[in-house]
Amino acid sequence: MSKLGNLGARLHRGEVGYDFVGNRKIWYGLSILITITAIVGLAVRGLNMGIEFQGGAVFNTPKTSVSVSQAQEYAEKASGHDAIVQKLGSGDKATLRIQVAGIDTKQADKVSAQLAKDLGVAEKDVTGELVGPSWGEQIANKAWQGLGIFLVLVVIYLAIAFEWRMALAAFVALIHDITITVGIYALVGFEVTPGTVIGLLTILGYSLYDTVVVFDSLKEQTKDITKQTRWTYSDIANRSINSTLVRSINTTVVALLPVAGLLFIGGGFLGAGMLNDISLSLFVGLAAGAYSSIFIATPLVADLKEREPQMKALKKRVLAKRAQASTQGEAPDAPAADEPFDDEPDDATPAVVGPRNQPASRNRGRGRPSGKRR
Amino acid sequence: MAAPKKGRSAGAQSKPGRSLALILIAIAALTGGMFASGHTKPRLGIDLAGGTSITLRAVAEPGQESAINKTNMDTAVEIMERRVNGLGVSESEVQTQGDENIIVNIPKGTNSKEARDQVGTTAKLYFRPVLTTEISGADAAATPTPSASSSASGDSTDKATSSASPSGSTSPSPSSTTQGRAVTDALKADPTPSTSASSSASPSASSSASGDQATSALEAQYAKLDCTKEAVRAKAGDGAKPTDPTVACGQNSSGQWQKYILGPAEVDGTDVDEAQAVWNAQNAAGWTVTMKFTGSGGKKFANITGKLAKNQPPQNQFAIVLDGEVVSDPSVSEALTGGNAEISGNFTQQSAESLANMLSYGALPLTFQEDSVTTVTAALGGEQLKAGLIAGAIGLALVVIYLLVYYRGLSIIAILSLLVSAALTYTIMSLLGPTIGFALNLPAVCGAIVAIGITADSFIVYFERVRDEIREGRSLRPAVERAWPRARRTILVSDFVSFLAAAVLFIVTVGKVQGFAFTLGLTTLLDVVVVFLFTKPLLTLLARSKFFGSGHSWSGLDPKRLGAQPPLRRTRRPSAPVETKEA
Repeated sequence: MSKLGNLGARLHRGEVGYDFVGNRKIWYGLSILITITAIVGLAVRGLNMGIEFQGGAVFNTPKTSVSVSQAQEYAEKASGHDAIVQKLGSGDKATLRIQVAGIDTKQADKVSAQLAKDLGVAEKDVTGELVGPSWGEQIANKAWQGLGIFLVLVVIYLAIAFEWRMALAAFVALIHDITITVGIYALVGFEVTPGTVIGLLTILGYSLYDTVVVFDSLKEQTKDITKQTRWTYSDIANRSINSTLVRSINTTVVALLPVAGLLFIGGGFLGAGMLNDISLSLFVGLAAGAYSSIFIATPLVADLKEREPQMKALKKRVLAKRAQASTQGEAPDAPAADEPFDDEPDDATPAVVGPRNQPASRNRGRGRPSGKRR
Repeated sequence: MAAPKKGRSAGAQSKPGRSLALILIAIAALTGGMFASGHTKPRLGIDLAGGTSITLRAVAEPGQESAINKTNMDTAVEIMERRVNGLGVSESEVQTQGDENIIVNIPKGTNSKEARDQVGTTAKLYFRPVLTTEISGADAAATPTPSASSSASGDSTDKATSSASPSGSTSPSPSSTTQGRAVTDALKADPTPSTSASSSASPSASSSASGDQATSALEAQYAKLDCTKEAVRAKAGDGAKPTDPTVACGQNSSGQWQKYILGPAEVDGTDVDEAQAVWNAQNAAGWTVTMKFTGSGGKKFANITGKLAKNQPPQNQFAIVLDGEVVSDPSVSEALTGGNAEISGNFTQQSAESLANMLSYGALPLTFQEDSVTTVTAALGGEQLKAGLIAGAIGLALVVIYLLVYYRGLSIIAILSLLVSAALTYTIMSLLGPTIGFALNLPAVCGAIVAIGITADSFIVYFERVRDEIREGRSLRPAVERAWPRARRTILVSDFVSFLAAAVLFIVTVGKVQGFAFTLGLTTLLDVVVVFLFTKPLLTLLARSKFFGSGHSWSGLDPKRLGAQPPLRRTRRPSAPVETKEA
């Protein structure tokens, strides 16, 4: 802990830090590359849509000694369609999961009965999921609809709570996360089930969590940015990321841990099914979400912000000041080096240097002279 | 935005004890309520308890898309519920989900196949004239006595619709075929004549009157029809257009299967405005079913009854055909005008209500398509529940270990908060079972597990803020207060986004996704409650303790370990409670 705690402290003070914003082109490039790979993967390989999206039946048998190939033969004979048989568990305790695509719910009953007979188990012990062909489509349509509504609402909300640039950046990050997750599904060939869709939709709310934490700190620290000339918007954005880095890591790890537990149990214990499907897409999406909020969303906000005339002017002033300082032989105003000496306990902003160096202007901004506060 | 502001009232934390007391009382009350109501466990969904879950989708008739509305869906649900529960399955539930879906959950141990037949069938109700009928089955098969003189039968006035002439030779059937008979509101004839009169007549297979190909095909079909066999029954009259004559099966009041040749549909289900089971005390008719027709339906009905009344039995009967099966075949003694009719017979309350339901159901211009059927054995359900619980335990343990390692003493607060959150979630879920029919299914368990992370994240946001303040050189008590407004805003904004996602999912989606979204939304709300009313006050209280307040190295708030700045100017400043303000 102490190491991490220390790192946290140093990140907090700006002694160490990574130039996320400065190196943004690398990360943009990386993300674009991943996104293109994902899209190509999606286009070339397509998604491995589960039985729920094609219509058909999934039968789960009780523990049986019948082999996979034998079960497949039985299933194909009984249904007249191709069957996919998976063995869940190992040894004598194995149960079989038999998927038959393209049969309707009425036929499935007969297949189920026939299978039970062939496998030598009671018909009532064969559980099944029978899905009409339009069911998956319906789920998918609703999911798209939900996605659309959510995106519109959340962009509006973020635009009000923060500003439109942040909303836009969060939106881009979200699309980025979803594309990556879908792309991984296409490339690896994981089966897409309603459980996957659930997981994917949950990422929506969740991948924004980190983004919101960083934006919140960014908003706070850039409040009076125009009243100083030491830092550009990008500098402060970078500082925001660094100062909330420990928080982002912690929240992501803590969010991933239960999902990992689910994935472990879903994958290892049950073999396949809802738990696995939800947690797998969540896991991928959450990881992508953490990445995008740090490497994509915030640098993007900085990029957008720097286009504002106000921020352009500020950047000019800051650069001019720095140039002046260096020609006068003074130590350049390196943000990191500066920070430890410049602590103003009075400042309500804990994490960032820039504004803190202008306590007076900051407080004036709030209409509250610093002297009166304490 | 509404969400971040809502916290302000609870923001003033001058009395941490009060908030703590409030939340503990809430937990006690919920737990008490849980035990008082006797629902100490959340109701389990089909996938965890075992059983069959059927998702049906309403499909409107072309041109009647507006028929998929709440009223019609509710009627359909009510009828399906009665149909399913009529099978002796009392625990089954039928619910609408979204705009156009109906979920039917049938618990384990019941005949799910039968239930599926009941709910999954398309509800198509027609009134067709009975052309001929007889008891079906092995006994009856020998009975047909073709009559050569059938064409001579002068009673058949209804030539346009009659394809099989009635046979003169009646072979009385062993039991009454009528379930009731339709009369006007003024019921006059006593039941006896109609019962005997409607005894089934033998079909005239060799009817010379009909040279029509289709008709003879129908008769051949009829002759072969054995209604006692379920598979045959299900296929009888398959694909018959309402405008064509057809064969059908039906069960009479004594439980025997009877087969029919029926004329084209004269009135259809949508012509029935409403139908009710009524106890007719006036003339001791017992339970009767009254029907009210729509304007055009009334005319059509008057027309058909007028024609039928002139016929000989069984051609004075009309069959009420629901989904290809004759559910009632009342006879008519006179034209029924006025748009109202009453069917009487030896109904019980149950059979009358069931018929009334079917009649009103038939009025819905909806069909239901079976979209998904999931059957889970109790064993598999139990296994899935176990897996979910284990996954939850592992997830919780991992989070607790991580928090312990990283936050040391501070993690006690986080763990207690998680426990409070878990207690609230559990009690509320248990109580929601009986109140709103909430059932815990596998995705909901999944949502609850994922929520562990979301809840813990709020604590992390707050703790990191506090640590930042300590790094600034503040002592714990002011740090706790100063960190709160910021952390509070961050928590509210991010929880609001999570809740928004859950709410959108809940409203838009169907089925399993909804259970997941519900849990996620519930736990997000509880997260806010717990952070505001438990975590923050508890931290305020504990900041006063020596262990935390003095920054013990195991408290997780040790200024040295956190690399705090030496409090250079600290001495000048009183550590009196800092005013909290929104940053």
